[in-house]
Amino acid sequence: MTTLDRFARSFLLTELVGGMALTLKQFFSRKATINYPHEKSPLSPRFKGEHGLRRYPNGEERCIACKLCEAVCPALAITIESEPRDDGSRRTTRYDIDMTKCIYCGLCEEACPVDAIVEGPNLEFAVESREELLYDKEKLLANGDRWEPVLAKRLELDAPYR
Amino acid sequence: MAKVTVDGIEVEVPNGASALQACEAAGKEIPRFCYHERLSVAGNCRMCLVEVEKAPKPVASCAYPVMDGMKIFTDTQTVRNARRGVMEFLLINHPLDCPICDQGGECDLQDQAVAYGKSFSRYEEGKRAVKDKYVGPLIKTIMNRCIHCTRCVRFSQEVAGVPEMGATGRGEAMEIGTYVEKALTTELSGNLIDICPVGALTSRPYAFITRPWELSKIESVDVMDALGAPIRVDVRAGEVLRVLPRQNDEVNEEWLADRSRFAIDGLKRRRLDRPWVRRDGKLVAASWAEAFQAVAAGLQGKRIGAIAGDTCDAESLFALKQMLNALGSTSHDARQDGARIDASRPDFYLFNSGIAGIDDADALVIIGSNPRVESPVLNARIRRRWLAGGFRVGMIGPDAELTYAAERLGAGPQDIAAAASFLDGAERPMIILGRGALARQDGAAILKAAWDLAASTNALREDWHGFNLLHHFGGQVGALDVGFVPGEGGHDVEGMLGGGVDALWLFAADDFDVARIPAGTFIVYQGHHGDRAAARADVILPGAAYTEKDGTYANTEGRVQHGRLSTMPPGEAREDWRIIRAASQFLGVTLPFDTLDALRGEMAGNHPALARLNAGPVRGCTDSTGPAGEGALSAEPFAPAVTNYWQVDPISRASAVMAECAATYLAPQPAMAAE
Repeated sequence: MTTLDRFARSFLLTELVGGMALTLKQFFSRKATINYPHEKSPLSPRFKGEHGLRRYPNGEERCIACKLCEAVCPALAITIESEPRDDGSRRTTRYDIDMTKCIYCGLCEEACPVDAIVEGPNLEFAVESREELLYDKEKLLANGDRWEPVLAKRLELDAPYR
Repeated sequence: MAKVTVDGIEVEVPNGASALQACEAAGKEIPRFCYHERLSVAGNCRMCLVEVEKAPKPVASCAYPVMDGMKIFTDTQTVRNARRGVMEFLLINHPLDCPICDQGGECDLQDQAVAYGKSFSRYEEGKRAVKDKYVGPLIKTIMNRCIHCTRCVRFSQEVAGVPEMGATGRGEAMEIGTYVEKALTTELSGNLIDICPVGALTSRPYAFITRPWELSKIESVDVMDALGAPIRVDVRAGEVLRVLPRQNDEVNEEWLADRSRFAIDGLKRRRLDRPWVRRDGKLVAASWAEAFQAVAAGLQGKRIGAIAGDTCDAESLFALKQMLNALGSTSHDARQDGARIDASRPDFYLFNSGIAGIDDADALVIIGSNPRVESPVLNARIRRRWLAGGFRVGMIGPDAELTYAAERLGAGPQDIAAAASFLDGAERPMIILGRGALARQDGAAILKAAWDLAASTNALREDWHGFNLLHHFGGQVGALDVGFVPGEGGHDVEGMLGGGVDALWLFAADDFDVARIPAGTFIVYQGHHGDRAAARADVILPGAAYTEKDGTYANTEGRVQHGRLSTMPPGEAREDWRIIRAASQFLGVTLPFDTLDALRGEMAGNHPALARLNAGPVRGCTDSTGPAGEGALSAEPFAPAVTNYWQVDPISRASAVMAECAATYLAPQPAMAAE
């Protein structure tokens, strides 16, 4: 009986018709793909993208060289050197992130007591050479400045859950 | 003895011990801030609260003496609540600035807040703010963080002997400071950093440099004074960032002098990091092979002598001595200061009573020495003995502030014999002779006079050896142990500088009058710093400082300890024994060892004393025949041997921190205005 049923189905091309029906249905439904560089999908405020070092509104850099991010980094991607600045405050003289080592786990952000190092929403930082992915303090501060409004908003949105 | 039960564990502790000591004997950890084993009990932090049976309230265990049959509970709900409450009070005014605090990661308050505190704070009012105080160039104060445990006050009063710190005000207005703003006048100030349980007193040169978890810790030994304190060298990325004392109750207890602790920035400056050879009157950079060829050419057919410095390791000295002897020379001398030390018997040049022996002595005469600047930690031990009572101190030599009362018995060597009456009736008299006192024309006679004083006051017995020589650096005794003194027919430093040799091998020797080297003498300088002698050299062989090599050092009491390699020597510099081994090959007298172990084995065969690690001095004197000591005593009074504690050797002279200290402490103090 089963054999007969299977024979009838293949003879009448029911699977083909069913498949084509699904195709036809998708033809009229809403598209899931987007036109990427021109259109972008929404990102969660917790998205972990490119790093940045933030500043206080008065322009003072937030990072106090506590080195907790360096200690927590599981990929050992962060390197920090510090010394007293001329005004006696504790500051970094070097803050490097090797973006080729970074695994974007976001632990640096979690460890930071002053919300200085953050992972922003930027995911479009592909470059042509490896060296460009070795970020220094200047680059990270520039990132922070560029994304500050978005970064502040993200932290605000995430604050209730912390 | 009292029987005490701690959480059901029965322990026996001596009568008069505190409940805290009983808990420790039972293996229970009691949190504490103000209590410190080596300081008096203050009982003001209240963190060590425990419950005692039949006591109505929790008691501060550090200040609560035990009684026979006492029952202590350290882990009840009451105790936990009490600790939590105390911690909450301590944190009311303590700022939450752990991320920028140098104590972060090794802070008692931080650790104990995690272990015994609450996980949240109920305090919402403003915290108190206290102005930071200036207490000297070595210590940075952040007084907001102070929890008023008064350990620093008690340390400066009891151990350092400079009652300059104290608390002013009461309650919330209490502040720790120096009353009048001034730099603490003690050579032990670095220990305040160690005993401060929070980050209120931190190291100024080390400020903000690194975090404790980034450091590799290497256990080594200090050579900056003759105490030979065991140290821990903290290293990061090939750089020595910090030196901390380790504990050895027979040597340093747990203290460390400031030069040992803070001169380490001198290890980075003015270093010799590649060989140099003099060509046409100018030093030019060279390769090792070129340098050794120049050495071989320069020493060819000459009468060779060697002068060794004060902080050299015994292995290299032994190798250098072997090489010179193979070359047919016995002119080697490690007494660049010209001290007329008799090295024929170890007890002529050792601190025979032992550093721990100070605790047993009951009278002391110091001859031509100022232990406070020659070995501050040893001086603190003398002070502690003096505080315990039944101990009288006399001194012969220039007047000095010693932190304990010392009767002035005279000024010059003529007064040594008369000091016998001062030691009269003493059960265990001690005589400390400074190495500086021997660095004069009548040094040998002074040595003999001091020995005779010991012999005449019954200080040389089978159970007690009261003759002590206090050296200045950690390498000096090791050098005497390997016999780095002129052999048969050899010249001493005086003879070598007087034209006894045509070629000189200076092994890190900078502290003699370099200008006295006769013109035309071929100089090989092997050392680590471009200090006084390197500029005069014809060939410079860059060596390693004490943190950069595995070496054996003997302290002033003859205790042998191993220093360990903490960082690699800079640039092309090499460990010293390797340089000597390589040079011996070029000179055609290849030394018979290729590894440090082989060298140590060879050295142990010749000088078995250097193979007995960490063994204290041999107690007692079996042979009271004195040193030869010919010549007469001169009437000239003793001069201070160390005038500038901060800058005495190539490393401390290269240190910026030490230079700042010298500028602070040696500058003429402005006269205090009449109030």
